[in-house]
Amino acid sequence: MSNAPATAPRQMPAPPTRTLLWRGFFAENPVFRLALSLCPAVAVTNSVKNGLMMGGAVLAVQVLSSMTVALTRAGIHDKVRIPIYTIIIAVWVSVIDMLCAAVAPVVYAEIGLYIKLIVAFAIIISRLEVFASKYSLIPSTMDGVGMGLGFTFAMVLIGALREVLGNGSVWGIPLVDAQPFLLLILPAGGFFTIGLLMAAMNWIDVRRGNPLSTGGGCH
Amino acid sequence: MSRSGAVIDAHHLEVTLVGPGLPSVADLRLTTTGDPDIPLEIAEVLFAPEKTNTVIVTTATTLDTKGSYQLFHQATGQWYAIAPSLIGIVISLLLAAALVQNFVFTRYLGLCVFFGVSRKRDTAIGMGVTFTIVGFCSGLLAWVLDRYVLRPLSLHFLEIIVFIGVVACLVQMTDTIMKKLHRTLHKKFGIYVVLITTNCIILAVPLLNAMNASGFWESLALALGSGLGFALALFLMSCARERADLAPVPLIFRGLPIAFILAGLFALAFLGFSGLQV
Repeated sequence: MSNAPATAPRQMPAPPTRTLLWRGFFAENPVFRLALSLCPAVAVTNSVKNGLMMGGAVLAVQVLSSMTVALTRAGIHDKVRIPIYTIIIAVWVSVIDMLCAAVAPVVYAEIGLYIKLIVAFAIIISRLEVFASKYSLIPSTMDGVGMGLGFTFAMVLIGALREVLGNGSVWGIPLVDAQPFLLLILPAGGFFTIGLLMAAMNWIDVRRGNPLSTGGGCH
Repeated sequence: MSRSGAVIDAHHLEVTLVGPGLPSVADLRLTTTGDPDIPLEIAEVLFAPEKTNTVIVTTATTLDTKGSYQLFHQATGQWYAIAPSLIGIVISLLLAAALVQNFVFTRYLGLCVFFGVSRKRDTAIGMGVTFTIVGFCSGLLAWVLDRYVLRPLSLHFLEIIVFIGVVACLVQMTDTIMKKLHRTLHKKFGIYVVLITTNCIILAVPLLNAMNASGFWESLALALGSGLGFALALFLMSCARERADLAPVPLIFRGLPIAFILAGLFALAFLGFSGLQV
């Protein structure tokens, strides 16, 4: 084979910024569509506040790692790129971890472990591999922002649903006075909520006449 | 300070004292280990029947039967540690990690791999076995590094980077060793070994151990229990999914949505283990 397939992606023009920023929300939503980084999506979404903080942490790590890789990609040898990406992510996760512990100790006490585990999230390393290693700084940053926002959107959506139905409140402020549906804030509730939301996304797709995307899983 | 007593139930604990004589209530100071500033209220001290130098302390505050406490006898200046026995701790941690606080169903870790490889029973068993072994090794290795390198040098802020490094190296090593030693085994399990890096349980175990400053046996129990719990979850899920594949599932629920609903049902079932205590 010639060199063309290997070098072709590097010369491909980056998609427009608009696409980069928006595709994380629906078309390539990390949680609902790509089925990546599911652990925090189930674990910390029993309230909007936790979901938002987790989303913010992932957004920050994704953008910073994407920027780092985009800037240093010329110096990273292809054969060792995965370990290098892992180290880059681990460094930024450490930074964000300490920042969260200092800024919001109360929320951190609850979700601290999951913030540390961002380092093992498939979504971040897959964006580095698929996007940031091939494009320059600005599109890579935009891609990171888009994916991070899409993830945050999913976290806040699941968090809001579970908090309203399971606890009758949003952001800790009570809204309804009815007996809450306790199941949803229990561990099992996260699985049910995501399953139903994925089905809802499939339903919207079917209604629009798109073919059903077959679910992934990160392997 | 060696262990010299145990919590009997929510309001009683048994301590073997060094010297004879019954200490008065005001003479004793009971605190939770790691929190020496808040004394717990003692209601009564009595000799235990048919045992020498052993007293039963009745407390007004509710005690945690699995917690560890410190008792200070002011007259003699003697400290007593009250903790569950080692075997008790190890077994309860093992059970907790595998069942009561199953890493998949109640802590929601390792979900990516969990949904990825639970489609068929064969792959589920392969992944479960491989993960248990590699997770056990990495848990122990990470504990040694944490205890003898990171802590003495106050480098615990590097724990994330060090632990991911340990996992990555161990996975690579296992793969290479297996390839050299046993071709068939590698052909069968090699793919799972590579997938282990993306499983957050393997990273969560050393992080949890470091967070709780666990001792050797506790870390060992958590590492083994997490692996067994993951393998169990994977096996159960693969059995259910094989059946779901044959069932007339509504179109929009096919694939991952129905798998999530199944996992939710399993999580509900695992809630039943929460009453299990050793």
